[in-house]
This record gives sequence, structure tokens and C-alpha cells, in this order.
Amino acid sequence: MTPRIFLSRFLRDPGAVLAALLLLSLVAMAVLAPVLAPQNPYDPMQIDIMDSELPPFWVAGGEERFLFGTDTQGRGILSTVMYGMGVSLLIGLGAVVVQAFLGITFGMLAGYFGGWIDSFLMRLADIQLSLSTLMVAIIALAIFQAALGPGAYADLAIWMLILVIGIAEWPQYARTVRANVLVEKKKEYVDAARLTGMPARRIMARHILPNTLTPLLVISTIQVANAIVAEAALSFLGLGMPVNKPSLGSLIRSGFENVFSGQWWITAFPAIVLVILILAINLLGDWLRDTLNPKLYKGH
Amino acid sequence: MHLLAFLLRRLVQAVIVMFVISVIGFSIQSNLGDPLRELVGQSVSEAERQLLRDQLGLNDPFLTQYLRFLGNAVQGDLGTSYFFKKPALEVILDKFPATFELVLVSTIMIVTLSVPIGIHAALHPERWSARLLMSASIVGISVPVFLTAILLISVFSVSLGWLPSFGRGDTVELPWGWETGLLSLDGWSHLILPSLSLASIMLPLFIRLIRAEMMEALRTEYVRFAWAKGIASKRVWLTHAFRNTLLPVITVGGVQIGTLIAYTILTETVFQWPGMGFLFLEAVNRVDTPLIIAYIIVVGLIFVVVNTIVDLVYTLVNPMMKLPGAAA
Repeated sequence: MTPRIFLSRFLRDPGAVLAALLLLSLVAMAVLAPVLAPQNPYDPMQIDIMDSELPPFWVAGGEERFLFGTDTQGRGILSTVMYGMGVSLLIGLGAVVVQAFLGITFGMLAGYFGGWIDSFLMRLADIQLSLSTLMVAIIALAIFQAALGPGAYADLAIWMLILVIGIAEWPQYARTVRANVLVEKKKEYVDAARLTGMPARRIMARHILPNTLTPLLVISTIQVANAIVAEAALSFLGLGMPVNKPSLGSLIRSGFENVFSGQWWITAFPAIVLVILILAINLLGDWLRDTLNPKLYKGH
Repeated sequence: MHLLAFLLRRLVQAVIVMFVISVIGFSIQSNLGDPLRELVGQSVSEAERQLLRDQLGLNDPFLTQYLRFLGNAVQGDLGTSYFFKKPALEVILDKFPATFELVLVSTIMIVTLSVPIGIHAALHPERWSARLLMSASIVGISVPVFLTAILLISVFSVSLGWLPSFGRGDTVELPWGWETGLLSLDGWSHLILPSLSLASIMLPLFIRLIRAEMMEALRTEYVRFAWAKGIASKRVWLTHAFRNTLLPVITVGGVQIGTLIAYTILTETVFQWPGMGFLFLEAVNRVDTPLIIAYIIVVGLIFVVVNTIVDLVYTLVNPMMKLPGAAA
């Protein structure tokens, strides 16, 4: 499919365009948060405890200064959500980079060489997938947190989340890459490359990899959404980002207690933004899958 | 013969998983926290400490310590919880009924809802009701389980005040020591929201799966043949088409058990449900090492047992099964 056909199909699908616009504006809000946000909620000079627990501006008692109200510390919810979304996106993308790197490497090796490497890696992938990402991540992070103590853990949390979610999900990429390599390596262009005496590493990187990019693009969108959800769940459990550098999940956690006293907005806005973000990515992923229709690994 | 090879393979895999879990458990035990400090505090001299370390076997070689850990674990001795001052396994198993009943009720919800909805959506894909259900399921998949839980609390507990938002309520103790919440109205009222939250995340997945598999089955030759024979439509739908969607549903269901356990931790945290997952997070915050290990081992065991049962059921449901791994 040429880029032009791809683009015209995209423009003809209002659902896909809407999802893309939503996603684009959310990402822009997160990236430009330091410029666009009404305040920097983590600069003590800019927050005032007297502003705490104000409702959104359309509710009685709300103020125009804080469109979505404030939290218990007087931070504007709009600002914390914009900053928090950046943290969530960063971890989601970082984790997917780790997943893709590990998964593509192992999947290539398994598919290209076959034999015991293949059996070993795929069995490992089966076991790891059946244990479930979230379970593996919860236990790994719980152990790290108990071992390091909450203070030291908070400084490392962002790296821990990226690594743990990244390592826990590599089998998704490995299976897809392997399935495609098995098809590609039988083709003549690979034989031709091999006959010229090209080393296996170069054949894999320069010849086979470019031909597996379409399915990788499709699973990457879904994987980013999954990683963001996983991060939110871990932070909600208190195993993720600390309160002074919160992601959307930690914002939801810190506002949860206030739901009972009627201050729903502290939790509701980060939650709504999280759901819209995930929904937009998932819709785009579905559309990409239907449009590009790659041969995805169909096992479970 | 293939069946035997397959079962053997499953057994080997189960042993490997349990071995890995025991190694993880052991390395937590030997690296996390100091058992001596928990026993005697700070006030003991260095010489006495060394003596105690020798007596407790903490200076033994790594392998000896691991084998002792394994030996104790097999006998059900997973250490004593620092916080509860009781055997860790006992503490965990006390909380098992709460988690089990939560999972049981939500599984029943998932099965009784996803089967009719999935079949309906497959039989009449063009109807507005089917379309609405499918759109709702896409949204459902995108809402994380803890958000569903918070939403249910804020609507049904905080705003309407109909249902309680935390705990198990009144429980009745059964003769064998099992505390059940299923025998009192109060227990049920506490169960509704947590089990609904837990079901909400799996429900869309199963609806979509049953619909897709059912639609595929409806297009097969044997279903067309059944139509041609003039068999009543209900029978064709249920015995010819639906029965053949069971296999993939069982497979996916088996794979989901790990995820389901992870979601119980989330659900129990939101509702302060006194189950194993809630206990585990408390243990993590208190650095209660024996309890952390006990949880990991118990959950690992549940996982291995359920997976093996699912595989067995799979072989029973499908007499012509293509054995994964065994060369046909």
C-alpha cells in the first residue's frame, strides 16, 4: 500500500480521524505542559494551600482560575493532569521500546535459527505470557520496593516501571516477529543475500526486519495502550510513581480517598483523561489492523 | 499415547514454574530484611549474633539453605509472619475464602452474561442491540478495572447510598472453618460491587471472543450441512455452532487466570476486601517477608493447578485435539 492510498483511506474514516485528533491533542497537551499549563503544580511558589479543594469552575464555589478545581494541596487539577499525562506517556513509550528491542531480537533469533534456540525462547514466552504481565510486574515491583525502601524506590520508580513492563511484555513482539521471519526466510531474496556470503546478523537486520515492520507497527499501538494501563494500575496500587512526580495512575490514587467526602473531581479528571487516551490509541490500533491487515500471530 | 506425552509435558512445565517461584521466594528470604533483628532486636552483642546465625543455619552454604527452605515449604512451613506472629501460610489461607468467593461470583457473572450476549451478537450482527453491545464492549476494554470500581463506589455507595463500599460484611463460619459471605444478605450486598468490577474487565473480552468464534463456526461446512438436513435452528446454533466455540474460550480462559489474580489485587485494594491480594499489599508495605513469600508461592500453586485443570478439560472437550507440542 502506498502512503497516498493509506492517507486517503484514513481521511475517509471519520472514526480514525477523530481518534487521531484526540490523541494528537492529548499528546500536545502533555508535551507542552510546561508552557500551556496554568501553573507548575510542583513548584511550591506557585501553589497556595488556601486554594485547596476548590470544585470545578461550573460548580458552586469554583473559580475561573482553576477550570477543573484543585486538589488537597491547592494544585490545579488541569495542570496536574497535563503533567501527569506526560509521565504516563513517557513510561508507556519507554516500556514499548524495551519490549520491542527484546522481542525483536529474540523473535529474530528464534525464527531465523530455529532448533533449540527457537524451542527454548518460545517455551519461555509461553510461560511468561501465561503468568500475566500485571502479576509479574506487581510482584517484581513489590519486591524492589520492599528491598529498597519507599524513599530510595521513589527516585528509581520511573526506570523500574519502564524496565519491568518492558521485560514482562517482550513475548508479544517475539511471537509476531518469529511468525513473520519464518515466512520471510523462505523467500528468494533471503537466499540471494545468503549466497553473497552476507553474515546472518546483517541479513536479519537489513533484509528481513524491514519486511516485518507493518505487523510491528500494528501491535506497537496496542502495546503502548497496554503499557499505559499497566503503569496506571501499578501506580494506583502504590507500586509506581510517587506523589511528588505523579502519573495519571498516582493522581487517581491520591484523589481516591476524597471520593468519599464528595470531592469527586480530584480523581475523576485524571481518570477520564486516562480512559480517553487509551480509547483513542485502541481505536487507532484497531483501524490500523483492519487497514494494513498484516499476518499477526494468531495464537493466544 | 499422545495424551500421556502431553500430560507429561504439562507436568514438567508445572514443575519448572514452581521451581522458579521457589527460587524467587528463597532469594527474597535471604536478601530482604534481617531475620535476626526480627527475633532479638538490636540489643544483642556481635558474638551472640554470630552464635545465633550459626544455630539458625544462616551461615550455611547457599544450596543447603535453599534445600532447607524447599523442604520446609513442601511441608507447608513458609515461615512466621513478622506482623501477625502466626505461620504465614495460615494467615494467607485465612484470607483465601474472601478472594475465592469474589472470583467465584464474578466468574458466574462473566459466564451467564457473556455466553448469551456473545451468541446474540453473532447471530444478529446487524441489529442495533448487537451493535450497541459491541461498542459498549470496546469502551469496557478501555476502562481499567480500578476505575470501574471507583465509578461504582461513587455512584452506588457515595451518591445513592445503596450498597456498602468496603469490607465483606457479615460472614458465617462453615463447619470446616471457612468464613463465607454467601449465606447472609449483608454478605451479598458487600459482594455485588467488587465482583461486578472484577467481571467488568473480563466480560467484554469473552463477549468479543464468543462472538468471533461463533461467527466463524456458523460459516463452516458442517453447520451448512446441518441446515441442509433441516435440523431446527436452535439445535444448529447450540449443538453444532456453539459447542465448537468452547475450545478457544476454554484456552483463553485458562490463559486469563494469572491476569484475573492480578485484578483481584486491584479490586481488593479499592474495596478494602479482606482477601489475599489486599493482605499481600499490606505485607509489602510492612516488609513482612515471610508473608510476601507465602503469597507468591500460594498464588503460583493456584496458577499451576488451574492451568493444568484447564488443559485437562480441554482434552476432554476436544477428543480430536491437536496437542500443542506433541508432533501429530
